Amino acid sequence: MTDMQLTAGQPANANATAESFSKPTAKTSATGTPFTRILGIATVVSMALLVLFGLFLSPEDVVQGESVRILYIHVGTVWVAYVAFGVTALSSLAFLWKRTTSLTWDRIAGASAEVGVLFMALTLFAGAIWGRLAWGKFWVWDARVTTTAFLFITYIGYLAVRGLGGSHQQRGRRSAVVALLAVLEIPLVHFSVKLWRGLHQDSSVADTTKVKLHDLMLFSLFISLIAFTLLFVWLVMHRQRVLAMQDALEDKGLDYALEQRRSEGGL
Amino acid sequence: MFRVARLIAAKDLRIEFRSRVVTNQVLPFAMIVMVMFAFALNTQEVVERVAPGLVWLATLFSLLILVQRAFAIETADGATEAMRAAGVDPAGIFLGKALALAAQLAVLEIVLLVLAVVLYSAKLHVGGVVLLVTTLLAATCGLALVGTLYGGLAAGVRGRETLLPLLLLPVVAPVLIGATRATEAALGTSGAVVSDGWPWLGLLGVFVALFSVGGTLAFGPLIEE
Repeated sequence: MTDMQLTAGQPANANATAESFSKPTAKTSATGTPFTRILGIATVVSMALLVLFGLFLSPEDVVQGESVRILYIHVGTVWVAYVAFGVTALSSLAFLWKRTTSLTWDRIAGASAEVGVLFMALTLFAGAIWGRLAWGKFWVWDARVTTTAFLFITYIGYLAVRGLGGSHQQRGRRSAVVALLAVLEIPLVHFSVKLWRGLHQDSSVADTTKVKLHDLMLFSLFISLIAFTLLFVWLVMHRQRVLAMQDALEDKGLDYALEQRRSEGGL
Repeated sequence: MFRVARLIAAKDLRIEFRSRVVTNQVLPFAMIVMVMFAFALNTQEVVERVAPGLVWLATLFSLLILVQRAFAIETADGATEAMRAAGVDPAGIFLGKALALAAQLAVLEIVLLVLAVVLYSAKLHVGGVVLLVTTLLAATCGLALVGTLYGGLAAGVRGRETLLPLLLLPVVAPVLIGATRATEAALGTSGAVVSDGWPWLGLLGVFVALFSVGGTLAFGPLIEE
């Protein structure tokens, strides 16, 4: 695989990079490629725009006042978290499907879930602060809020399963099955919590869909979605490559140990 | 598949019958949990109102122990590896383990219900018996299926004692909600009527259907090493 050996800064598409990283012979010292650098710059620019529009240019809300600005983080992060868990589910499926199986899918699933958990934590944190300001409570037992918390815990569990050890293939199969079971579980949890709230008391959450949004607010939300999506892609690509390097390192360690034993035998 | 399931279930129940771990350890644990709930909740009225929920919470806690136990007997002598090497159908193992677990859970739930009647003055009445029995059956099946599924995953790995609750509890949340509401309806807790309970039973039914299919498919890849 010498033709695919990479050093930092050489152009390569992401998939080839990841594949070559998983080979024990690949020499790598960084996870950046020109594509991720451009992506990184775009992320920084869009984040700066988000700060500009979210904090300065968009008006404060008639009802919520300044606290509406929290939503520019809340909505963007929750969107990314859901996308991330979707990516995890699809990559897990691709890993389990024999014709597309590759450890790259497993690593994308893992990287995406890690970023998803991070963003879901931010979502819950921002949401709780906003809730305290808007409703006077950090937490309400609304179906959507509760399901979000369950998603958070479920994917923490998924990451724990990834950390169980064993061979890379074993980790891949085990975690992919757990990721697909989560897809089965989450709609059930959502449905049951909804039924629970529905039959017992009215949801205490104000219906925000009826509120008319100011154009600049809508635009800020839009920037928030773009900025956080770019950040997500950037993080997942880098994290995926780091995971590939970790796997390669473990393989290499194993090869090295085998070699040592062999040479002992030779002596 | 069903022959394997029957053999595995019979084997698990025979081991339990001889070792008496459930009767001597898990049941007393569930009982003390019920007593502790009363300490925490303090007043008679509160305890009476939340009795169905406490029964199911105690069941969930005991489920965690039962699942650990069910797979401890498999991994102790490398029995899972042996069965896999012998080419035993994983779906059969899954259903067999789930069946044995369901039988133990059912006994436990009945004991807990009796305890709820004694300790929390829960009232059984004739009109709710059908709903109560169906709820018990459906919830037991659901808990046994997911318990076996995640128990199989966590079996034989380091740190399984801590991993199992993290994986299992979020998944069984719908069972806790559904079974508690249905039991409240069956017992008439705080004015609930029996007809309120049937939609919840539907939820339990969906849960059982999804996880019996999903579990049978997923168990093989999970225990393969």
